[in-house]
Amino acid sequence: MSEGTSKKFMFVNRTAPYGTAYALESLEVVLITAAFDQDVSLVFVDDGVWQLKKGQQTKGIETKNFSPTYRALEGYDVEKLYVERESLEARGLAEADLIVDVEVLDSAALGKLMAEQDVVLSF
Amino acid sequence: MPTIDVNGKPYETDEEGYLVNLADWNEDVANYIAKAENVDMSQNHWEVVNFLRKYYDEYQIAPAVRVLTKAIGKQLGPEKGNSQYLYELFPYGPAKQACKIAGLPKPTGCV
Amino acid sequence: MLNIVNKSPAERSALDACLRIAAPGAILLIEDAVYAAVRGTTGAAKIAGALDRFKVYALLPDLEARAVADRVIDGVTTVDYGGFVDLVAEHNACQSWL
Repeated sequence: MSEGTSKKFMFVNRTAPYGTAYALESLEVVLITAAFDQDVSLVFVDDGVWQLKKGQQTKGIETKNFSPTYRALEGYDVEKLYVERESLEARGLAEADLIVDVEVLDSAALGKLMAEQDVVLSF
Repeated sequence: MPTIDVNGKPYETDEEGYLVNLADWNEDVANYIAKAENVDMSQNHWEVVNFLRKYYDEYQIAPAVRVLTKAIGKQLGPEKGNSQYLYELFPYGPAKQACKIAGLPKPTGCV
Repeated sequence: MLNIVNKSPAERSALDACLRIAAPGAILLIEDAVYAAVRGTTGAAKIAGALDRFKVYALLPDLEARAVADRVIDGVTTVDYGGFVDLVAEHNACQSWL
């Protein structure tokens, strides 16, 4: 990608990790987008917050556990991870339950951030 | 699916020669793949290959070149954390070629 | 921002998430989400409560296909495919709430 064409990309994750392929697909697109030096942010809303739950063990369902990959995002300079407070609370979760450092925002603050993006992709 | 024979044992690979099963990897397999790629494995090559395997073990992905370069620089020093050094070791790309030798899948986003 | 919703509010939480999070702007209901514009449904109550913050549109071909075009609540504007395209062009960005 040529220089100076960095856009603000936001990935909105609203699905739990293993029931469908959305979460993994989203993560792969995020890594590819980041490799092209774009301004990438991730949002976790509704069941999407389950993607970040610590302690996932997938041996029993014979599926790859991709939760450690969220910790690689920092190395890809993807440092803007946002979680909606309402979604966390509705699932009995707290920041300490999550595998990576995130910024917890209320719905209104999140909506404001979304409105500032060039591209918003939902998964 | 294609296979390679190392010490009389067949190992499955994909069309491009990447090992299919991560657990199949051992140093003999690495040497075999390296030889087919015309890479003469030195101490420095092993250092990168082992680094990649550790990275994969920790994050479950093979890193993009830029990320690999930065991470190596952080851990092994700036004289190794630069693309010139890494491309000298692995002329066909430190991510693509070194991952192949390390028995990892092709890095995500690598076309 | 044009927010596009395509899932029935009775089946999925996409509309709830959109109404809770999206900054004031426009919402376009398409496919099964058009049921949220139908009088007497729980989805319509949510839409009615959000009309002060959002301009709400519903896709007419989808309403007609479901035989509910005559039951659209007041305050929701119906658009055809051409109107859909105009809406996309008018807004700086679109977000599909899947």
